[in-house]
Amino acid sequence: MAIARTGVAPKSWASRTWWTFSTACLIAVIGVLFSIFAFVMARGFPAIKLSLFTTSTHGTAGGLLNAIAGTFLLVVIGLAIVTLVGLGTAIWTVEFAPLWAKRVIRFMVDVLAGVPSIVVGYFLYVALVEEAGWGFSLVAGAIALAIFMLPYVVRAADVAFSNVPRTVREGAVALGARPAMVIFSIDFPWALPGILTGLLVATGIGLGETAPLIYTAGWSNYLPTLAPTHSPVGYLTYVVWTYISQPFEASHQLAYAAAALLMIFIFATNLLARSFVEYRTNRSR
Amino acid sequence: MASMDIRVGDTARAVSPAALQRSGSQTILAVLTGLAALASFAIIFLMLFFLIAYAYPAIRFNGIEFFTSGIWNIGNQYGSGTMTRNGFSAQPGASFGALVFIFGTLLTGALTMVVAVPLSLMVALSLVYTVPKRLRPIANALVELMAGVPSVVYGLWGMVVLVPWIGEKLAPWVTAHLGFVPFLGGSAGSGNGLAASVFILSLMVIPIMVATTRDVMLAQSNSLFEASMALGSTSWQAMTRAVLPSVRSGVVASVLLAFGRALGETMAVLMVCGAAINSYPENIFSPVNTIAAVIVSQLESALTDASGMAQRSLAELACALFVITLIINVVARGIMRGADRREGRAA
Repeated sequence: MAIARTGVAPKSWASRTWWTFSTACLIAVIGVLFSIFAFVMARGFPAIKLSLFTTSTHGTAGGLLNAIAGTFLLVVIGLAIVTLVGLGTAIWTVEFAPLWAKRVIRFMVDVLAGVPSIVVGYFLYVALVEEAGWGFSLVAGAIALAIFMLPYVVRAADVAFSNVPRTVREGAVALGARPAMVIFSIDFPWALPGILTGLLVATGIGLGETAPLIYTAGWSNYLPTLAPTHSPVGYLTYVVWTYISQPFEASHQLAYAAAALLMIFIFATNLLARSFVEYRTNRSR
Repeated sequence: MASMDIRVGDTARAVSPAALQRSGSQTILAVLTGLAALASFAIIFLMLFFLIAYAYPAIRFNGIEFFTSGIWNIGNQYGSGTMTRNGFSAQPGASFGALVFIFGTLLTGALTMVVAVPLSLMVALSLVYTVPKRLRPIANALVELMAGVPSVVYGLWGMVVLVPWIGEKLAPWVTAHLGFVPFLGGSAGSGNGLAASVFILSLMVIPIMVATTRDVMLAQSNSLFEASMALGSTSWQAMTRAVLPSVRSGVVASVLLAFGRALGETMAVLMVCGAAINSYPENIFSPVNTIAAVIVSQLESALTDASGMAQRSLAELACALFVITLIINVVARGIMRGADRREGRAA
């Protein structure tokens, strides 16, 4: 909003004070947030050593290999599940659903986005870990992450598919393309940047989750076994949470290193997601 | 599911190729994607079903005491016999009153809103009006990146930086000099507690509220601002009395969503709240506890309960949190949709 300033003189004193105040609030908030970022990086960066990537946690110290491998596995399997379910949901809502069903599904997805992570965690603990008897396991953890990522992926894919120009689709139909072909060779390439952005944002969410994993993936000091069930998995956020409460300096170092690694991974995925958004807006110009 | 009628109102796909042609492959695709679309229903339904079914013995055993008592005690593990109520039994001396946690959840959530809502509005106003155009993308990116910081990282900072500062500097000063104000006097505590939780939660919800408020304000047409300026108001009055009220429902919805988020936040609160059990906060520096935090912190102790009633009572807590956040979210989405329809945007 760039507007010619025409305030009447006696009033604009108050106006200027308020604007100064609001700018001060902005600077204060960004300042505090930036100081958190700087603090974690300043403590965590020096703690990142090569040995973190080659050894696993043991007792109160060690490396982060098991946690990095576990986080990676959980996120990748979670992404695989959410890609199938999320893109399926988006295709159905955009292509097949009658209007009322579209509304209902979008509403349910929005509601799902608001469910607290610990509720998802406890639900899966009851349903999968206890009732299904899977124990703390890789698949239970990945499903927890997938439930968490689902709303972000569905919303992004929904918007991306809806924005495919109708004329292009109709052109394809006029040339004799079958519906499945329209979806796979017109919709998908066209919507790809939007879908990838959604998946990257979901990756960032998955990397940073803790609460649902405590109840589903458990924790392990050993490398993930790749067994789908009955084998707990370690992950980075758990290290941050528990090792900072230990009374040993080596444990603190590990927690800071894990936090710094998480921030680096998450910021990298977010920047990548932003660059896809820019690529898309540049192309459409 | 494959049956499809073309609706005039459905402008996004008035002529869908899928509707024009019907073939075997299309039906298969419709069924497969339709199954995927059922997932979000199934998850919410199964979540309610499993949590309530699992918590049922606890709901019967605890009765109304769950909401009226603040005593959480899993009972004597080594005691002889069990205690039975309404046909369900727990360890002797057990009592699962959740009032401390429910009160703590609502209190931290409400205080967070008191701090974060005015701040977010100020930040969003500044972001759309006073930040120079060149700096705007940077400021926007910073706010959005901060929304992606994991809650354990906020918790880490809270434990190492914020809590010692509150415990050693802020709380002793405030209780000594401002102790005459209600809820500011009394014990300064360790730094872990209500103030630290509210501070951290505010930092976590501000980026979310700022992003939404900024977007709805930017989506509003400029003519409102200009008309208000032409009538002689200052730019501040034009923004806060013309533009902001016109996006009221969007702002209210984002506040509600942030409230829901604050109520359900687990890790960061767990790390700084002081884990109060069986005690209500005396001032703003007292330890508190929230439903989400207690579900994590009480897991280990609950697993030692041979009767299983402690675990089931945690499930009852999860149900309570689920219902509270569900209501808030449904209301927020309803307000958003209502506003969209009134203002003629597609629902």
